[in-house]
Amino acid sequence: MTSTATTLAWRNIWRHPRRTILTIAAMVFADTLLVFMLGLQFGQYRMMIDNSLRIFTGQMQVQASGYYDEPHMYRSIPAADRLAQAIRDNAELDAVSPRAYGFALVSSDTRTIGAQVSGVDPQHEPRVSTIPGLIKQGRYLGSRTDNEIVVGSILARNLKISPGDELTLLGNGRDGSIAATVAPVVGIFESGTRDIDRQMLSMPIDTFRDVFSMGDQAHSIIIGGDREQADRIANGTNTALHENDDLVLLSWEALLPGLKQAIQADFASAWFMYAVLIVLVAFGMLNTMLMSVLERTHEFGILLALGVRHGKLGRMIITESAVLALTGMLIGMLTGGLVIWYFLVNGFTYPGMEEMGERFNIPSMLYPEVSIRSLLPGPLAVFIATILASLYPIWHLRKLRPIEALQTV
Amino acid sequence: MKTPFPMLITIAWRNLWRNHRRSLIMLAAIAVGLWGMIWMTALMRGMVDQMIDDAINTLSGHIQIHAEGYLDDPSIEHTIPDVTHNPQLDKLLESQQVTAWSQRIRVPAVIRSERDVYGITLVGIDPQREKGLSFIADSVAEGQYLESVDDRHVLLGRKLVEQLETKLERRIVIMSQDPDNNIAERGFRIGGIYDTDLQATETGYVFAGIETVRTMLQMGSGVSEISLLGHDYRHVDGLAARVRAAAGDAETKTWLQLDPYMASMLDVMDGFIVIWFGIIFLSLSFGLINTLLMAVFERTREIGLIQALGMPPGNILFMVLIESLIMLVIGLVAGNLLSWLTILPIQDGIDISGIAEGLEWAGMSSTLLPAVKTSDVLLANAVVLVLGVAASLFPAWRASRKVPVEAITRIWQ
Repeated sequence: MTSTATTLAWRNIWRHPRRTILTIAAMVFADTLLVFMLGLQFGQYRMMIDNSLRIFTGQMQVQASGYYDEPHMYRSIPAADRLAQAIRDNAELDAVSPRAYGFALVSSDTRTIGAQVSGVDPQHEPRVSTIPGLIKQGRYLGSRTDNEIVVGSILARNLKISPGDELTLLGNGRDGSIAATVAPVVGIFESGTRDIDRQMLSMPIDTFRDVFSMGDQAHSIIIGGDREQADRIANGTNTALHENDDLVLLSWEALLPGLKQAIQADFASAWFMYAVLIVLVAFGMLNTMLMSVLERTHEFGILLALGVRHGKLGRMIITESAVLALTGMLIGMLTGGLVIWYFLVNGFTYPGMEEMGERFNIPSMLYPEVSIRSLLPGPLAVFIATILASLYPIWHLRKLRPIEALQTV
Repeated sequence: MKTPFPMLITIAWRNLWRNHRRSLIMLAAIAVGLWGMIWMTALMRGMVDQMIDDAINTLSGHIQIHAEGYLDDPSIEHTIPDVTHNPQLDKLLESQQVTAWSQRIRVPAVIRSERDVYGITLVGIDPQREKGLSFIADSVAEGQYLESVDDRHVLLGRKLVEQLETKLERRIVIMSQDPDNNIAERGFRIGGIYDTDLQATETGYVFAGIETVRTMLQMGSGVSEISLLGHDYRHVDGLAARVRAAAGDAETKTWLQLDPYMASMLDVMDGFIVIWFGIIFLSLSFGLINTLLMAVFERTREIGLIQALGMPPGNILFMVLIESLIMLVIGLVAGNLLSWLTILPIQDGIDISGIAEGLEWAGMSSTLLPAVKTSDVLLANAVVLVLGVAASLFPAWRASRKVPVEAITRIWQ
């Protein structure tokens, strides 16, 4: 019986080939567009997140509670190196590195500028940050105890220094004492992020601790690693932290709330557009199914007179629209998949993208993401909307009486 | 025989309502499509306008004049002479072409309270001239705006005050470099606290009187920048050329040159709107062509009949086109009405501060003002109308090509 219903539905659909093709074409058009847009969006988000986190932030950080909101020097993590090692052991991850931050007046021969100083562990820093690899002049820091500095490119330009020059640092230590030192610049890095290149210089963490009276403390333990394994890493880290309430583990969403919200805002506004598109396609489907029901009034009259129930007629119509919508969805996913596959190979760009990309830490060439979440939601939404749209003709059919129906030509 | 034009309209009108459900669905689709075009464009335009407004308001102005090299290295070393030394420029700035202008000293500095220390940009302003040029005069929420060029107070952003753990009337110390590379240091009282939408502004800028800053830095009468506003942010190149001619050696840049991100946003937005209109129209056209094809198809017999009675094929084509045109026009009227009704309640802006940090990331503030531009609305209507009629040509042409005898003898399907 079911197969008869399907056969009947299939034949009914193709009574008007042109109409059916136009209806399917509308769905395929919308599906392809949605798959392409979603694939591009997810690809772009992934790049934004990865590129932003990779530079300096890491996937997550351990900080003293309250440090994130008000970064005062005294809110620090005691015995930070031992804790970092404990996290490495528990989370089975090498990419864990402590950092300490301070502020200092930095003077070269000709210039004085206020800058952010970070104390880093030169051995572990390359695993959580790309800055060690982005040295454009000189070299990165050597060992934890060396007295040397690497400087952001814009800061270096403003200070008018190059590797080999000396800088004088003057700031406040953790205990409020004067922190002062003189150290040679060994390298200049260019991260591509303006704020970092303009405001930051780094020195080895043990030297930093000496200068800023930090003892064995740090302000943050940066945890890198794969974003897919974030849960496992977070669990391991929490095990290492468990006896200490003064410390908090912050995810990247908490560290860069702006990035997450920017993505959410973009996603929401995109779905508004998609919704308009889907509604338009649904209107098209509604019209097609209504026409196909109305023009068969006479025929349905006969069926009703022969004893076929309304429910069965309704099931036949819903089968028809399901077959139609499913055909549209499958073709749409296929063409959409082909389109994003093409751009996955060749990359996608548009005019003005370079300037925009710089702001959001994405390169000027985008590669869409090919995955279930980019392939399925769009076509599925179109499918559901079109099925919903065909409910009206069925509801219309419900009132059909055999005699009246037979009288219409 | 020629059918009179009014009769064609009557036939088209009646044909349209023979299947009122189908026509209403199509009308609804056209209305929703147009609504989607106008709404989305209004929000997008509003967003970009707001971003540009904020950018221009946050000290950029429409045009800026700097010393050569200042933009690369914004230090006290790169200054231009006070405008009083350049009568030609002074005259231009005082002319009708410029709505507001001011001179500033802008240098990197360090601010220190009892509790903490931060790097900031110290901006020496002329408080009277700055009114109407940048945000600062209207943004003081606590305390008072600066009174004169040698006011002894400074203005700090709310967030910076919190970070420094200080408050109104308390003392802070500002350090910067003077032209001889000595550290100039001076204590100030906080005279006012300002609020802005963008946190980066609040933590980044500290304002003081321009003469006060000159005294502190022991510098002469030079300034870091001259900022000015013309009449329209989109057309600044003509004014910029005149300013450039008057400014001599100094570097004159428009806001578009200073902020390539904003400039590209404008272009991307224009491109986006065209693509968006195209997408909406394409998804509408499937339904439109389908509806007309059906309408023509189910009338095969009568079209054959009126043709046999002597109506020329051209008139039949015309009849179908008029039917489509009537449908498009009614749909557009409904769509415009719907857009107007839905934009009216949010005219004063939508509060989207829930995602303020994300918006700040993109350089936006947390109120969204929809900007309905007449040109966008006209374009949306024109796209649907013109392309809609063009899309109806195919069904209309098919209708006019029916052979009378075959058409009449055909009963159903």
